[in-house]
This record gives sequence, structure tokens and C-alpha cells, in this order.
Amino acid sequence: MTRKQKRLSVIVGGLAFLAAATSLTFYALGQKASYFYMPADLTTASVQPGQRIRLGGLVEKGTIQRGQGATVAFSVTDTHKSVKVTYTGILPDLFREEQGVITEGTFGTDGVFVADSVLAKHDERYMPKEVADGLKAKGVWQESKSE
Amino acid sequence: MVETGHFALVLAFALSLVQTVVPLFGARLNNQRLMAVGGPVAVTGFALTALSFAALASAYASSDFSLATVWENSHSLQPLIYKITGTWGNHEGSMLLWVLILTFFGALVAAFGSNLPATLRANVLAVQGAIGATFFLFILATSNPFIRLNPPPIEGRDLNPILQDLGLAIHPPLLYLGYVGFSICFSFSVAALIEGRIDASWARWVRPWTLVAWMFLTGGIAMGSYWAYYELGWGGFWFWDPVENASFMPWLAGTALLHSAIVMEKRSALKIWTLLLAILTFSLSLLGTFLVRSGVLTSVHAFATDPTRGVFILCILTLFIGGSLALFALRASKLTAGGLFHPISREGALVLNNLFLTTATATVLVGTLYPLAVEAFSADKISVGAPFFNLTFAPLMVPLLVMVPFGPLLAWKRGDVFGVAQRLMVAFAAALLATLVTALFIDGASVLAALGVGLAVWLILGALTDLAVKAGLGNAAAPIMVRRLVGLPRSVFGTAFAHLGLGLTVLGIVGTLCFGTEKILSMHAGEIVEISGRTVRFVGLYPAQGPNYSEDRGRFELIGVSGSPIGEISSAKRFYPVRQMTTTESGIKTIGLSQLYLSLGDEGKDGSVVVRLWWKPLVTLIWGGGLVMMAGAAMSLMDRRLRVGAPSRRRKQAVAPAGLP
Repeated sequence: MTRKQKRLSVIVGGLAFLAAATSLTFYALGQKASYFYMPADLTTASVQPGQRIRLGGLVEKGTIQRGQGATVAFSVTDTHKSVKVTYTGILPDLFREEQGVITEGTFGTDGVFVADSVLAKHDERYMPKEVADGLKAKGVWQESKSE
Repeated sequence: MVETGHFALVLAFALSLVQTVVPLFGARLNNQRLMAVGGPVAVTGFALTALSFAALASAYASSDFSLATVWENSHSLQPLIYKITGTWGNHEGSMLLWVLILTFFGALVAAFGSNLPATLRANVLAVQGAIGATFFLFILATSNPFIRLNPPPIEGRDLNPILQDLGLAIHPPLLYLGYVGFSICFSFSVAALIEGRIDASWARWVRPWTLVAWMFLTGGIAMGSYWAYYELGWGGFWFWDPVENASFMPWLAGTALLHSAIVMEKRSALKIWTLLLAILTFSLSLLGTFLVRSGVLTSVHAFATDPTRGVFILCILTLFIGGSLALFALRASKLTAGGLFHPISREGALVLNNLFLTTATATVLVGTLYPLAVEAFSADKISVGAPFFNLTFAPLMVPLLVMVPFGPLLAWKRGDVFGVAQRLMVAFAAALLATLVTALFIDGASVLAALGVGLAVWLILGALTDLAVKAGLGNAAAPIMVRRLVGLPRSVFGTAFAHLGLGLTVLGIVGTLCFGTEKILSMHAGEIVEISGRTVRFVGLYPAQGPNYSEDRGRFELIGVSGSPIGEISSAKRFYPVRQMTTTESGIKTIGLSQLYLSLGDEGKDGSVVVRLWWKPLVTLIWGGGLVMMAGAAMSLMDRRLRVGAPSRRRKQAVAPAGLP
């Protein structure tokens, strides 16, 4: 191979590699990114059972039920709508009634959201950003609530 | 004292402006006296910043609640150690630590750079001064730690309880030493661009600084990972959280830089690429600072969300990344490119390493920024988590890891793949054996898990093969071999150790992810649970009182084969009354290289407690491997060739590794 051919093959090889990596990245973004919804969004958005999403809102008052073993059921609400959630595991330390949470998981065919992770932040002044923005958009949130 | 600190900070800002302007003009006018100003100013600036930091630390130590940050992040009942570490456990203090380390590195250049060409030294200090000046301005304008409260409150609001931990004492300083250490490589690159040439001393300087920064960044990431592991109580060591990615991206780019700098140093090729990588690495460090400090991400690290800070850091980011890249675009064509080389050679292998690492960096960058971009341009909110990174990052890393043992064994200029493959036969056979043994004899091992173990063994033995081959195993008598091994350049050991550490980390990750087990159940006192062949008895819950918290400590016993207890583990739920916050202290028992991990959940009405147990095989290797990598970097730094500031008499002979003194 001449010097020029050599250089060309290196460049072509590099570009092919980058193209493969780029397409893999965008495929993965399409497949693996999970969308964030508040309960009221679910009436308009079509979320299939089994599709991975994040569901955020406030833990509705009086809905926390501790069942068998480590399974907990509660409702997540944005004050307009609420969704039943079940979760097996240890809830975060700051999980409590009327606290902002983000749950991640999938809907079962019975319409109950089965979460495999529940996030509530380790800070008293904290409200997950998505939840705070969502509540503000729905007119429920008052700025003074945060302090 | 506080006012002295405040004053010192303002003075340091003024000096950083002097440090930016005077040496830069000195270099342009080739005026020795103007250029000579840079050094003493850099050292004085560091001293003033150190004074300012000491003033803040002493205000924290003495619980001076007249300072707003102390009031917000400290409490008089806190143990002294956490009062002091609280200095950087908040936005203002951590930014002060950031500039402290920045000026420290500037002072190091001033102190050890006497053999650098005067103009290069002046330009480096000027760029370093410019970075410092913007961050000083940022601190003084938006995040001043010395703001007083009048009247001073009697009691503080306590440090965030999850930050009251020794891991936090070590994690940020290490991480910042890494982040900010790359500023030196950046300053050298920009200085080279300003001068329009890359000379030999530039090449000699960049690698040791990269090594130093990389070593600390490795430590900082490992420490942060371990802290999250035991403090958050979720048992995970890596969450692909944007904040973790923020530190991981400079690490990946820095690793690429480390390798390309070798080519530049030994073969004076890839100069322009190395220069660009140095700029990109520090740009990613700045981006990391922006992501963490601006509050665009919500996490434990986002101490406060003040939009002006975000905008300010974004401006700094644009100024330095945009400015340096523009300068690169203008000047790169002027720089003389290095020679070409044969694709199958050490250089070729290092280029391949760079291709994979930079692509991996790019995927992490896309995954981290994509949610922000989507949110900015549409109403959708998405999150990109572990599933994305597992699908993109892992396929890029696996081929790279497979190739790692080949690299150091290939010769410079023109390598012989078959010869190297022959030398790696033993490592390959052992890796194959490990794969088969895992697949056949360990219950529940998947094919992927077995291959993962094989890959780790391949990496570990590959690194050892490198040392053995270079010591002349097989064609020299034992005493000669030992002598040759001892006489090998330290950087050969450095490479071998870094790659060995990588193998250990991979082994730890595979062990934990593929062979770990988990149980969640609710337990009554006296109940017994078995996990992966180990028996644990729940003794009971006992209340206790700490200095600034109360806790319910759950005691557990590890039961031996004979039925008697052989060890105790305890996990606690702590309540910090000042912040009205509960935290979980996990209970960890290290058994060999593995760990038994326990975490307490909620108490039920009938007195039972939810308990989550994990058996984490080989988990300690994840961080142990990081320590070995750091040791590798330290060894490379001790190489006489890299001794910073040492005269370079023997550079011509440095091409053949075995020919070094």
C-alpha cells in the first residue's frame, strides 16, 4: 500500500467505527431512555403495559399500605389524578406521606404501576426537580412550600 | 480571621488578574522582567488562597454561625472532624477548595518550571491565571463563603447527615486534585497554541501532569463510588448518575490522554491530537463542574440551586472551551505534525486505545446531556440510566479490554502480532480455563458471567506476562531475571500495575453483578436467614444516642458452621433532629474479598423490621483495583525519565524500554 492508501484506509476504518458507535448510541437512546410522567399525563399519553417509565408525584395521604413481607402499596398523585403503585424493597429514608417521589418501573395489565425503584431525595427542602416542575405546571405548587 | 480570609480572597483575585496579563504581554514583547512576574505572583496567589481557605475552615471548626455558610451547613454538636470536612461539604466551600487546588497547581509550575523556556512558562502561568481569575470572580460574585449574618444565629442548621462521613472528607479533595490537575495540561496546550509551536519540553511536561491528575481522579472516583456504596444503603457501586458521569468523562478522556502522551513523548507523533485531548479533558472537567454546581441536575451534589450561578459557570465554560477550541482551529495548521507509523505497532495500539476511549467518552457525554437537551427543546422529560449505558458503553469497553494485554508487548514502530500472541499463550489458556471452570462448576453462572471472569483473568495475567517477558522469562536464568526485573524502568511497572488494577476492578464488577445474591424480608428478633450459604441471625433493635443524632441499631450475628456466632454486623436507622432527617447506616462484614451487606428498612406494626441483605462476592476488588491503578500511576511518576524538572540527558536512548538505565 502506498502512504496515501494507508492513510485513507485508517480514516475509513475510523469513520466506520464512529458510525457504528453513533448508530448504536441513538438506537440505545430510542430504546432505553425512560420518559417521565405525572399521573394526570397518563390520560393523554399512551403508555403500554411493560413500557418502562418514570412516574412522579406526591405520595397520597392515607394510602401507604404495608403488605406481606417487604411489599408496600401506595398511591402517587398530582392532586388531579392518582395512580396505584406497588414496590418490593426498602423505601428511601425520606419516603412519607405528601412527600415528592419518583418511581421507576412498568404498568402491569391491571393498571397498577409496579416500581422497581423509588427515589425520594435525602434533603428536607428537596422536591425532585421533575415533580416540582410538573406540579408548578399544574398550578398546585406554591413557591413557599419549598422552604 | 474571617475578614482576613475574605480580604485574602479578594487579593488573590487581583493577583490572578496580574498573573494573566503581565506574563502574557511579557511573552509577546519577549520582555524577561515582565515574564518573571508570573512565578512569584502565582506562588503568592496560592498562599493567599490557602489563607482564605484556612480562615473558612477555622470558622467551621469554631462554629462561627455569623457566617451564612457555616450556619447553613454546621452545628455545634457535630463531631469536630465533620465540622472541618463540612468546610467543603457545601457549594461555597467546595468552590473555594477548587480554586485552592487550581492555584496550588499554578504554584507548582512556578516552583518547578525553572527549566522551561521562559515564554512557555509565562504563557502557561497566564492561562492558569485566567482560569483562576474567572473562578475567583465567580466565588466573589455569586458564591461568597464569607457573607456574614446579622444578628448571628445561636445554632446552625447542621451538615446534611449523609455528608457526615469520612468518605466525604477524602472524596472531594481527591476528585478536585484530579479535575483541576488537568488544568495544567490545558494551560500547557493553550500556551503551545499561543506560541504556535510544540517543543520538546512541552511534550516532557504534559505526561507527568496527566499522570498526577489521573491518579487523583482515579482515587476520587473510587472513593466516591465506595462512599455511595456504603452510605446510601442501596448496595450499588455505580449508578450512571449524571454526577458520576461528570467525573467519569474526564477520567476516560484523561486515560486516553495518558496513552497518547506516551506516543508523543517516545515517538513525537500524535502531537496535535494530544494537544486537542488535553484541551478536551479539562473541558470535560469544567463541564463536570458546571453539571454538578449549576443545579441543572438534582442530586446529593447539587447543594443549592441558584440560577445565576448556573449562568455564570456556563459563561466560564463557553469562554474556555470555545476560546481554546477556536485557538486550536486557528493555530493547529501551524503546528508541525508528527510522523506516520505502521498500524501494527505500539503506536498503533495506543491509537486504537484512543479511538475506543474517546468514543466511549462521547457516548457517556451523549447519555448525560441528552435528557437536558430533550427538556430544553420539548416538554418531555426523560431519563437515561443504566440500561442505556449497558447497551452502549459495555460493547465499546469489551473489545478494548480484550486488546489491552497486547499493547505493552508490541514493539514500537513495527510490531509482530503473532509473536505477541505466542507470548500471551499462557494468559490466554488460563483465561479460557477460568471461563470453563466458572461455566461448569459454579451454580447459576451464565455464559456472559463466565466470559467476564475469563476477561478479568486475561487482563490480570496479561499484565503479569508483560513484566515476565520484559524480565526475560524463559530465556534467562532466575538470578538474571530478577536483576532485570528490578532494573526495569518504573514506567513499565506503572503500566503493568495500572492494567492489573483494571483487571481486578473488572473481576470485582463481574463477581458482584453476576454472582451476587440479594434477599429482602421482614424479620423478627431472633429470626435466622440464610444467604449464599451464610447464616445470619437478627439479634434485635437497640436504641442508642449519638452526638447529634439518635438511632435504632439493628444487631445481627453471623453464625458459623458449628452454630455459634462468629461475627457481628450492625445496621442502623439514624435520626438527625436538626434537619428532621433519617439516614440508613449499612452494616458491612468483609469476608475475604467479598462482603455481606445489610440494610435496615421500616419497622412493621408487629415489631418486625424489613431487612435487605446482599452477598457481594469479590466486591472489594472494584475499589482495590482502583488503588492498584493509582499505585501504577505513582510508579510511572517515579520513573527517572519523568522526574519533573530533571535534565533530559538520555532521552535519545529512551526508545528501547530495556535499554534504560
